Amino acid sequence: MREITCKKITAAVKELCIEAAYYLPEDMKESLRRMEENEEHALGKKVLGDLLKNLEIAEKDMIPICQDTGMAVFFIELGQDVHITGGDLEEAVNRGVAEGYNEGYLRKSVVKDPLERENTKDNTPAIIHLKMVPGEGFKITLAPKGFGSENMSRVIMLKPADGYEGIKKAVVDTIISAGANACPPMFVGVGIGGDFELCALMAKHALTLEEQDMEHAPEYARRLAEEIKEEANRSGIGPAGLGGGSTVTGVRIETYPTHIAGLPVGVNICCHANRHASKEI
Amino acid sequence: MKTLNINSPLTDEQIEELSCGDYVLITGTIYSARDAAHKRMYEALEKGEELPFDIKGITVYYMGPTPPRPGNVIGSAGPTTSGRMDKYTPLLLSRGIKAMIGKGKRSEKVTEAMIENHCVYMAAVGGAGALLSKSITSSEVIAYDDLGTEAVRRMEVKDFPAVVAIDCRGNCIYK
Ligand code: SF4
Repeated sequence: MREITCKKITAAVKELCIEAAYYLPEDMKESLRRMEENEEHALGKKVLGDLLKNLEIAEKDMIPICQDTGMAVFFIELGQDVHITGGDLEEAVNRGVAEGYNEGYLRKSVVKDPLERENTKDNTPAIIHLKMVPGEGFKITLAPKGFGSENMSRVIMLKPADGYEGIKKAVVDTIISAGANACPPMFVGVGIGGDFELCALMAKHALTLEEQDMEHAPEYARRLAEEIKEEANRSGIGPAGLGGGSTVTGVRIETYPTHIAGLPVGVNICCHANRHASKEI
Repeated sequence: MKTLNINSPLTDEQIEELSCGDYVLITGTIYSARDAAHKRMYEALEKGEELPFDIKGITVYYMGPTPPRPGNVIGSAGPTTSGRMDKYTPLLLSRGIKAMIGKGKRSEKVTEAMIENHCVYMAAVGGAGALLSKSITSSEVIAYDDLGTEAVRRMEVKDFPAVVAIDCRGNCIYK
């Protein structure tokens, strides 16, 4: 049995919060660069150039990529042979969020109650998705989520007869109605199957995947991801919604078995600032 | 792509000159206000109360920044989704707000109120908060301090980049 202290977890969470807000993962940057090279619409190209400049300034001058530094969403893979000592896991994560958002000069965007709306002033609580896995590992991934794009996300309970084309239409419609609100070029996570909540959770998790992670997905999922991207890029929405061919930088899909009567589809829309960072303890 | 240098507050003539799709560089004074500040302003006006600052002729920027690092005037400062302000906007335009900066579509009611009150709506690039912060040369909280990031700030900007998204005739870039 391996022991991990809460102190270590708090320290890791704090670092992740700061890292994610200032440094976009390399594959995200690369896809933006490629889009900028290929964009033919003058204003669209200018916006993409601004977004690339924005990323440089964020790193160089330590100014967050976006002012919406998000709600802190964690995916934790906890080895079943790990023993957490010195406190409770949830508190340890929340303490790390409070420290990271305070010391990292990040925005506190969480309200205590959805209707009374008083700010908690330290960006807690986080949203934590915990998964038990075999072994002694502890992997923590943070995907801070801004709500301009989150608000445009959907769960659609399709019928089995809707099939491949039905899913494609549902996802593309969601992207088009998101438009400028989601700060395009967007990055899109899709969850197909499972049930009502699992398809949404898969969609969120899909945002943390790199292109090569899709190699394990069914063949149709890879084809679907490509076709959704192509169709969305023909919509003309373009960077910042001001026109052009760069509307979606990437689509990632996760699937899961489902019920004989259902075809749930979750679509989690994210902006070009698809921030995430991971650590293993 | 037409580029225009404009001063804020905007004159009626300037607003008249702007057309949907124009690229503008804004210099002068603008005010930040987003969801919570809009709700307060709206409720105060409904009750017939005075606002804590004069909104006549001003440019409002839908934005809630990250805290500044020591030595900086402001943190990351990009636009938030304007549509969430739609419910409050027609009343505020009828009381004097002349120009708005944000991102995304507006409702029909807002567009109608813009035509009626001769206003302009400009879009800044969403997600470019670090870059946009470089155009803000000063920032001071002037109202609703308790709202934290959602407080109202008076800001001086120099060559702040935006695109005319809806002009005073109701033409919209998102259509
Ligand atoms: S959608 Fe993304 S880029 Fe746009 S404001 Fe929200 S977090 Fe920032």
